[in-house]
Amino acid sequence: MADEVLLETPLAGLHRELGGRMVPFAGYAMPVQYPAGIMAEHLHCRARAALFDVSHMGQAELVGEGAAAALERLTPADVQALKPGRQRYGLLLNERGGIVDDFMVANLGGRLMLVVNASRKHVDFPLIESVLPAGVRLRPLPDRALLALQGPEVAGLIPTGMSFMGIGALEIAGIPVIASRSGYTGEDGLEISVAAEQAEALARHLLSLPGVMPAGLGARDSLRLEAGLCLYGNDLDEDTNPVEAALVWSMGKRRRMAWDFVGAEPVREALDNGPKRLRVGIRPEGRQPARAHTAVESGGATVGEITSGGFGPSVGAPVAMGYVRRDLAADGTSLELRVRDKALPARVAPTPFQPHRYAR
Amino acid sequence: MTMKFTKDHEWLRFEGEAATVGITDHAQNALGDVVFVDLPEPGREVQAGEAIAVVESVKAASDVYAPVTGKIVEVNAALVDNPGLVNQAPTGEGWFFRIAPEGELPDGLMDADAYASHVESLA
Repeated sequence: MADEVLLETPLAGLHRELGGRMVPFAGYAMPVQYPAGIMAEHLHCRARAALFDVSHMGQAELVGEGAAAALERLTPADVQALKPGRQRYGLLLNERGGIVDDFMVANLGGRLMLVVNASRKHVDFPLIESVLPAGVRLRPLPDRALLALQGPEVAGLIPTGMSFMGIGALEIAGIPVIASRSGYTGEDGLEISVAAEQAEALARHLLSLPGVMPAGLGARDSLRLEAGLCLYGNDLDEDTNPVEAALVWSMGKRRRMAWDFVGAEPVREALDNGPKRLRVGIRPEGRQPARAHTAVESGGATVGEITSGGFGPSVGAPVAMGYVRRDLAADGTSLELRVRDKALPARVAPTPFQPHRYAR
Repeated sequence: MTMKFTKDHEWLRFEGEAATVGITDHAQNALGDVVFVDLPEPGREVQAGEAIAVVESVKAASDVYAPVTGKIVEVNAALVDNPGLVNQAPTGEGWFFRIAPEGELPDGLMDADAYASHVESLA
C-alpha cells in the first residue's frame, strides 16, 4: 500500500495550514492531531468546542416513493417511523446478521440522507442500490463536506432550536448547510453537511468563533471511546451481530415484531437464546492502556478480546471495550488482559465511561 | 558531558560510571501525550537492542531499547505518577533509566549532528 494515492478532503489545505499531522485513514489523508495534541484537543472538546473534519465519511441521499421501506430491507432500524427533521442511528446487516456498517439516516422531508463510514462506502452504496425498487434512487454526495462541531459551547455559538438528533437546513455565516444536532463524542454539538466549495469558508468561520479549536482523528477516537460508541472495523464487523454488539436498542420495536430484514433469522436466534459473547466496557487497573486485539483472559483461559482501547483523557485512566464470553459480561467481573506478556487486572465496567451530555 | 543518540530515538548522557537514558524530543513529539511508562527493574542485566521499557501515549505504545549492554542501576520513579514529564522535558526530568555499560559500546551511537541528519532522513 506504500504507493497508494491518498484522497483528500476539501479541507486538506486548511489542515496543513493549521499544522495538522496528516495520516492515512480509510484511503484519505486526515489530520490525526494539530499542534495542541490529542490530549488538549480531547479535553477542549469536553470543556468548550472542537471542530472535526469528517468529510471522508460517505454522504448520500435516498430519493423516491418507498425509499424508507426499501432501506428497511437492509436495516432493522425503524426508518419509516422517522419523522421529517429527525435522524437516527442504524445498522446495515448481511444474511448472517453480521454488521455491514453502522450509519446515520435522516428524514429531510421528501428524501432520506445517509452518512456511512469512509471505509465502508464502497460496500454500502452498491449493497443499498442492489435492493432498491424502481423509482427509488441512491445519490452519493461526494461533492459535500461534513464538519463536526462538538462540545458544550456549540449550542450557544450556533443556536438551532433543534433537540438531539434533530436535523434541518439552515445558514451559518450566510452559507447554506444541513445540520444535525448530533455527533460522535458524547457531547452536544452539530454535524454540518456543506457543499465542498464552501467547506473551507465555513470551517474558517467556525474556527473564528470564541472557544473553538480544531481537533483531529486522535481526539475523535478517544472521545468516542469514552462515550462508549463503536468504531466500525474495530468494535463492529461482518461477523458480529447487533445482539453481541449490544446494539439491540438501534432495532425498531416494529422491526422486532416483523423480522422482515436481511439477516433477521440469525439476529432473532441470538436474541432468543442469548449471544455467545457480548460487547462490554473494560477498565484496566492502573495506568497502562490495553489496545485493540489484546486478549482477555479469565482463570488463564482466553475469554475474549479488546476491540478498542486507550487512555481516556477525561476519565484520567485507561478505558477499553471488547467482547467477552456472556457469563463474564456482568459489570464488575474481574478479568485479566494479556498486555505485553503480562496479565493486567481489569474489570467489566458500564459504558459510557464519560456521561453523555446530549440535548435531549 | 557528551550526549549520544541511537537510531531508535534514545539519548544517552554519560556521567561517571553510568549513562542516563531517555527518549529524544523528536520521539516524544512523534508519540504525543505520554500517559504511561513501564520501566525495567533496577539491577537487571540487559543486552544492547533489547526492549526493556514501554512508553504509551494516548494513541500508541512504543518499545524503548537498551542502547548499550550493561546493568540498570536506577530508574526514574517520577515517571510512574507523572509520565507527562517525558513530553515536558524529554532530555531532562523525563529521563527513563541509568545504565552502567559493560564491554564495548555499540558502533551505531551517533552524536547530535549525526542524529539530526538521521531524523531528517526519516522525514
